[in-house]
Amino acid sequence: MTAIQVSGLSKSFFVPVRDAGLKAALKSLVNRKTREVQAVKNVSFAIEPGEIVGFLGPNGAGKTTTLKMLSGLLYPTNGTASVLGYTPSQREKSFLRRMTLIMGNRNQLLWDIPALDSFELNRAIYRLPEDEFSHTRDEFIELLDMKEIVSKPVRNLSLGERMKVEIAAALLHKPKALFLDEPTIGLDVTMQRRIRAFVQEYNQRYNATVLLTSHYMADVEALCKRVIVIHHGRILFDGALSDLVDRFKAQKRLVVTVERGMVDLSRFGEVVSQADGRITLQVSKKEAPAITARLLNEFPVADLLVEDPSIEDVIEDVFAQSIEAEPDTAVAA
Amino acid sequence: MSTMIKSPTRWQEIKVLLDFYPNRMKYSAIIKAQYRLSAFLWLIGLAIEPVIYLVVWTTVAEERGGVIGGYTAGGFAAYYIVWTVVRVMGIGLNPWVFEWRVRQGQWSPLILRPMHPIHDDFALLLGDKVMDILWLIPVVSILIVAFKPDLHPTWWQGLAFVVACLLGFIARTVWMWVLGLITFWTVRVAAIFDLYFAVELLLSGRVVPLDLLPTWARNLANWLPYQWTFGFPIEVMIGRLTPTVTLQGVAIQLVWIVVGWTIMQWLWRHGVRRYSAVGA
Repeated sequence: MTAIQVSGLSKSFFVPVRDAGLKAALKSLVNRKTREVQAVKNVSFAIEPGEIVGFLGPNGAGKTTTLKMLSGLLYPTNGTASVLGYTPSQREKSFLRRMTLIMGNRNQLLWDIPALDSFELNRAIYRLPEDEFSHTRDEFIELLDMKEIVSKPVRNLSLGERMKVEIAAALLHKPKALFLDEPTIGLDVTMQRRIRAFVQEYNQRYNATVLLTSHYMADVEALCKRVIVIHHGRILFDGALSDLVDRFKAQKRLVVTVERGMVDLSRFGEVVSQADGRITLQVSKKEAPAITARLLNEFPVADLLVEDPSIEDVIEDVFAQSIEAEPDTAVAA
Repeated sequence: MSTMIKSPTRWQEIKVLLDFYPNRMKYSAIIKAQYRLSAFLWLIGLAIEPVIYLVVWTTVAEERGGVIGGYTAGGFAAYYIVWTVVRVMGIGLNPWVFEWRVRQGQWSPLILRPMHPIHDDFALLLGDKVMDILWLIPVVSILIVAFKPDLHPTWWQGLAFVVACLLGFIARTVWMWVLGLITFWTVRVAAIFDLYFAVELLLSGRVVPLDLLPTWARNLANWLPYQWTFGFPIEVMIGRLTPTVTLQGVAIQLVWIVVGWTIMQWLWRHGVRRYSAVGA
């Protein structure tokens, strides 16, 4: 049985529309216009228990709306969703006890008291046995290295520290389904790494299913074998991260360092950058071995690196291709 | 995948609430205690209002031979001193809280908890009241010394006062919720609250004891929730009601709670479907 099953899920909102200015505002008093915005269109996918799936897309693609529907915050306009066997929009208490939604830019803890007190409140809300609660809390404090910060009022914590205690609080009831919306947003690299490691550890320990959105591709590369790419409310790709690279970016990058000054390599492929004797060349994946051999034969090469394109470039290409395919469907949620 | 878990039984839910309320109240009181200056200034503001009413009505009573509508100067003093306690106990949520929750998506964390969000508000307000009552002790003591109230409650009146205050608080909070949930449709709700508060000011016994109102206004007040959340507990405490009338009043308070709760639940079920969780 799948952990998350989504079929034909759609969500639309009616938003007021009017021109700027006082005249338009007065006109809208008697003639109010709205426009239907389709944030998510007919989305379908399934996620197995224990999987960590990256949910990628640009701002306004429908990622967060989908996560909100899967956590029960929003009612779908059409389609069905099942999470751990529950229908999220019914928000059964037993469902809410088994999942969590973490939003990187939102604060859910009580601002004026230490995180430890908020943890205690969550113990009561989620009906956690005292022993189990203490064990999990101490385990999380250890894993996230929070000993020094859990006794400070939340308002006195830095962004990164706050995110750590937020994540810990949201997982104290050991949910089996995690919806993480930009959990590392605004954090420094070290903190991002720690959060990633924690999510991975949690996933392995509790076999939890994780659906993660992030604009930091390092998060995706570190955690997700599978990605779902969504744009304009539609799924563009659902599969292995490595397949995404193969399908949308059939190119390689050759970084060549020549021994004596600069040479013109434009006949081999697209020159992406060129400085200090170091030339970055983009060539088709098929021709890469042959071109590499020719470069080594024909030029005084001091160093040569063959790289896959960065995941950011791949994603950018996916979106660019989808816009070319559907120029009139650009709607934002 | 793990199998579905059975929904908690009613008893399990009650146990959760019995655990949650003291904890939430405790943290609410701790937070309130952190902002001492704010609490002190709020208390000053709270004490000024009944003192104004008290001075005005005591003066009027003295000019008219000492008694108005059955209230002596000592009776007015008793009314408005008990007023301060009932006012503190009745304070609930303001419209800005509901508007903020809808506009900023602040319902989201509450909706995702396996507990009705109204419990968080009840517990938060009750915790606040623990601190408020502590702050109130010196204020009430000063008022008693200054105005010499004619206040001699019996044990049952004292007990009934506590019950009536608590039920009044529950009824008022539930009705605030009824109004507040309209924000799911309108986003802004301050004007509706203003209308509610304006009528409440007159027909609850806040500005003037209900016995001093014209008959038509008293009859109207009987059919509205206001006096059952404010004037009724005061009249219980100052000894103007018989045990039978007191019991009837408590029953009416319960009816208003049940009616309000039913409407609130209906609005919640339908309103939350309209929630767009914008910003969160």
